[in-house]
Amino acid sequence: MSYKGKFRVWRGDSEGGDLKDYEVEVNEGEVVLDVIHRLQATQAPDLAVRWNCKAGKCGSCSAEINGMPKLMCMCRMNTFEEDEVVTVTPMRTFPVMRDLVTDVSYNYQKAREIPAFTPPADLKPGEYRMQQVDVERSQEFRKCIECFLCQDTCHVIRDHEENKESFSGPRFLMRIAELDMHPLDAADRQHEAQEQHGLGFCNITKCCTEVCPEHIKITDNALIPMKERVVDRKYDPIVWLGNKIRRRGA
Amino acid sequence: MTELERHSYDVVVIGAGGAGLRAAIEAREQGKRTAIVCKSLFGKAHTVMAEGGCAAAMGNANSNDNWQVHYRDTMRGGKFLNNWRMAELHAQEAPDRVWELETYGALFDRTPDGRISQRNFGGHTYPRLAHVGDRTGLELIRTLQQKIVSLQQEDFQATGDYEANLKVYAECTVTELLKDGDAISGAFGYWRESGRFILFDAPAVVLATGGVGKSFKVTSNSWEYTGDGHALAMRAGATLINMEFIQFHPTGMVWPPSVKGILVTESVRGDGGVLKNSEGKRFMFEYVPDVFRAQYAETEDEADRWYKDPDNNRRPPELLPRDEVARAINSEVKAGRGTPHGGVFLDVSTRLPAEEITRRLPSMHHQFKELADVDITAEPMEVGPTCHYVMGGVEVDPDTAQSVVPGLFAAGEVAGGMHGSNRLGGNSLSDLLVFGRRAGMGAATYVDQLGSERPKIAEADIDAAAAEALAPFELEGGENPYTIHTELQQSMNDLVGIIRKEEEMERALAKLAEYRGRIAKMTVEGHRQFNPGWHLALDLRNMLTVSECVAKAALQRQESRGGHTRDDFPGMNADWRKLLLVCSLDTDGGVNVVRKDQIPMRDDLLELFELDELKKYLTEEELPAT
Amino acid sequence: MALGVESTGRASIGQKTLRTDRWWLAPLRIGVILGFFVVYATVRIFMNKWYWVDEFHYLTPLYSPCVTESCVPGSSHLGTWFGEFPRVIPFSIITFAVLAGFRGTCYYYRKAGYRSLFFAPAACAVPEPHKKYTGERKFPLIALNLHRYFFYGALVFGVLNVYDGIQAFHGEDGGFGIGLGTLIIWINLVMLWLYTLSCHACRHIVGGRLKNFSKHPLRYRYWTFVSKLNPKHGTYAMISLVTVIATDAYIMAVSAGWFSDLRIFN
Repeated sequence: MSYKGKFRVWRGDSEGGDLKDYEVEVNEGEVVLDVIHRLQATQAPDLAVRWNCKAGKCGSCSAEINGMPKLMCMCRMNTFEEDEVVTVTPMRTFPVMRDLVTDVSYNYQKAREIPAFTPPADLKPGEYRMQQVDVERSQEFRKCIECFLCQDTCHVIRDHEENKESFSGPRFLMRIAELDMHPLDAADRQHEAQEQHGLGFCNITKCCTEVCPEHIKITDNALIPMKERVVDRKYDPIVWLGNKIRRRGA
Repeated sequence: MTELERHSYDVVVIGAGGAGLRAAIEAREQGKRTAIVCKSLFGKAHTVMAEGGCAAAMGNANSNDNWQVHYRDTMRGGKFLNNWRMAELHAQEAPDRVWELETYGALFDRTPDGRISQRNFGGHTYPRLAHVGDRTGLELIRTLQQKIVSLQQEDFQATGDYEANLKVYAECTVTELLKDGDAISGAFGYWRESGRFILFDAPAVVLATGGVGKSFKVTSNSWEYTGDGHALAMRAGATLINMEFIQFHPTGMVWPPSVKGILVTESVRGDGGVLKNSEGKRFMFEYVPDVFRAQYAETEDEADRWYKDPDNNRRPPELLPRDEVARAINSEVKAGRGTPHGGVFLDVSTRLPAEEITRRLPSMHHQFKELADVDITAEPMEVGPTCHYVMGGVEVDPDTAQSVVPGLFAAGEVAGGMHGSNRLGGNSLSDLLVFGRRAGMGAATYVDQLGSERPKIAEADIDAAAAEALAPFELEGGENPYTIHTELQQSMNDLVGIIRKEEEMERALAKLAEYRGRIAKMTVEGHRQFNPGWHLALDLRNMLTVSECVAKAALQRQESRGGHTRDDFPGMNADWRKLLLVCSLDTDGGVNVVRKDQIPMRDDLLELFELDELKKYLTEEELPAT
Repeated sequence: MALGVESTGRASIGQKTLRTDRWWLAPLRIGVILGFFVVYATVRIFMNKWYWVDEFHYLTPLYSPCVTESCVPGSSHLGTWFGEFPRVIPFSIITFAVLAGFRGTCYYYRKAGYRSLFFAPAACAVPEPHKKYTGERKFPLIALNLHRYFFYGALVFGVLNVYDGIQAFHGEDGGFGIGLGTLIIWINLVMLWLYTLSCHACRHIVGGRLKNFSKHPLRYRYWTFVSKLNPKHGTYAMISLVTVIATDAYIMAVSAGWFSDLRIFN
């Protein structure tokens, strides 16, 4: 059941590089990462690739396969025709280090700029009480394996390097939504989402949701609800007026 | 003199999994400047693979649970070979460690009254595992990662620098620990990206490098699990114990070949899944050993009733400790009652409604759908044993996690003793938290005691470490490391696997001696920048050392216990229970194994067990006077 | 200076996209439908005729409610609230403004529009042609945040449409009757309501804005209901667009006498 698969793999570093053609054995039931490993073991021992669990749980082997951001370990070879050329490149939104490995430090920087979970000051460990229905929304977002494919595909930074400064990307806007929906988080997340992390850049074209290997509904469940919460605070004149009156009454 | 970047820290933690991160959090909270060094990106550690949950006797699901019950379960699971002090600390402190995670932002599944929900697992008397669906490890790692970030944010507020007191060196491998006299003086390594060398000047090093699974062919472990910490510790003069005990998880995927070994969580069985052979029979009823006979159901009816009414029924035998289930599956397959791809069937589809399955086991559903094209809500899975966990590891002091080398600490899978001969599911995540914290504290205390008298690094040691690291580039025309690695994995799998025989292990040792020669002569192509061939070449040395420990210790231990099953010595032997096999390196790099007596269990802990039960494990002299 | 995927430091691959599938098909298809609707609706609202079938009390949703004195007799069954409109102003202007506003600010249509009409981006991992991108942070796009007001408006119009739908059970002899037109009107009504209720703003308002569902069990139930519809919001958006056009075209044809309504009962 094995055949010679045609692969084009980008080889190079930040100075330059190009797509190299390979013919590699492909066996039944394999995924792209298996073939890349075989390439490493037989033809290109110095081919740089990042991977860990090979089960879609760690989010390390992100790359672009035939132009689409994907996890190499979750892309089955039987989704291609046997004579089809499979092109594998590094993620194109982040600086390349070598071959399929990119510098994803942008993401770690953004993660650091989001204020941490802020529990009520007087609540002691062991005293936390939360209902399942209240934690479920945030739990969905915590399924995130940080593969950064959503960041990679997001045109706001993919097509506009200059926006990286003021836009944190779907992964971290979702992190803000997660904290905002956390039943015990006491910090104000809504202004911060709009002012510091660029929620307004998002034009909800849903590519983040499309590429998410965990099938998290990033746009529908995190970004849009977050946008609506920002509207409550910033753009809805009636809510604004209501709050004003209520505050005065209190 | 070797060109490198130097950094000075109080504590260097090697490994960024649960244990490493928890140790780093503790060290930093104790006011120590701390570095975390890890081979992968921050947040990708193997802890994410833990699925089922984190065992802690909080008593949320069943108020009868307490640390004594958990302690008893742990000792039974480990067949009484456990370091009892570690098992005691673990059972006592686990609940606090889990509650602490909630203050970091973790969101566990909840009970109806809003507390942390707990699930059933093999070997645990009561529902005890705090969990989030079947992705608990991910929750743990992300929570600890976010706690690290929050500490960095505090430092930023105070100093303007996020990394002033706590920095992560990601994609950086430590190849050697350095010493000044007896004591640790630092760690030497390289950046995976650039291949450039890096030196950490630090009096305390915490090893949290995980396990050794990559020495076996069928494994649930990732490439990182090359036994680095085990080997580093040995080269630094520390000792390893219990290396003969390797846990084969009973349920790994067996098809397709490319995913063979990937874990299928025990929660599948905890939530009702049953094991069947090709004849459709629930075979586990045949495999209940005498020591467990009293706690496990004898009929399918009783077993099924237990899920609803655990107080009045005994547990289904599918939930026996992992070593028992793995051996049972192995026997069924050998007897010709296996599935087409050489496993057995694990069926949850006929046991729970489809909706319930996708809710409780979302990542299993996803994993089988995407990787094997199997819908677990409609058809059974094919599963078989896979190398999952090493019970053995660095011999440490239970309270401080310090090894015999001053300044060298170990926590998590790389530390030995806690789990005895077999680890219970769910005890790994709690182990990480409990002993990760203790290692961080131990390291901080050690640094305090040193005062200003810190060990110094000798230039010659740096040059030697650099030369050692570059050795694979020196030779030409040698073998490719991938070839040797594949052969090593095959040998370990076939000859020192689930069921062991003296003659096979001797063959394994001969093979290992051969690999040792070939590894000394292998060649790496390309240059130092992100070169996986080179990385593997360096890791291979560690895998070889660890494999030698496993094979030599396994050959010596003439009994079957937990994760060590001898075909030629099928029973447990109380005389062997008293003995630990301690591995160390001799001067020419060979592995030495010596026997050492266990410290007898404290009386008050002994009293937690019925005399009848103790008789099954202990020798006559060890039994309490009646 | 190179931009986007060709920025300095990124992998120099040369091609803008390596996608091999027909990624342009979906945006093209949606673009054609949207374009057709815009042209059709523009033409239709300036016609100012053929919106009412007096015999069966069919009123097209594009002209509902008809409340000016210019409306043909019978069609203004809610009364006339305004005087006669000058010929150049379509008298369905308010209806149109609300409906177009609701759809124009809708999160689904925004996605569809950005992809199909503005190529920002046309498809995932396909570079957009624009040099700069500032998103929805500035005027005029910041006004899209007013979606919820159009949602409130759409609710009102939705109720009016139900009233129209009930009127459409009008037989030839003045009593109860059902025709193909009635069925089409009701299918459209159902689709319109599914579209309206599955709206993201609706989901937020009924319960999404809460931090603790457990303290508001009723609102949690509403939210759960809307959350079930919400993933299909895009589907409902496109189907209801087609049904609106179909309903309007059918009523126009019957009203103009191009063909007669197929009667099922009376």
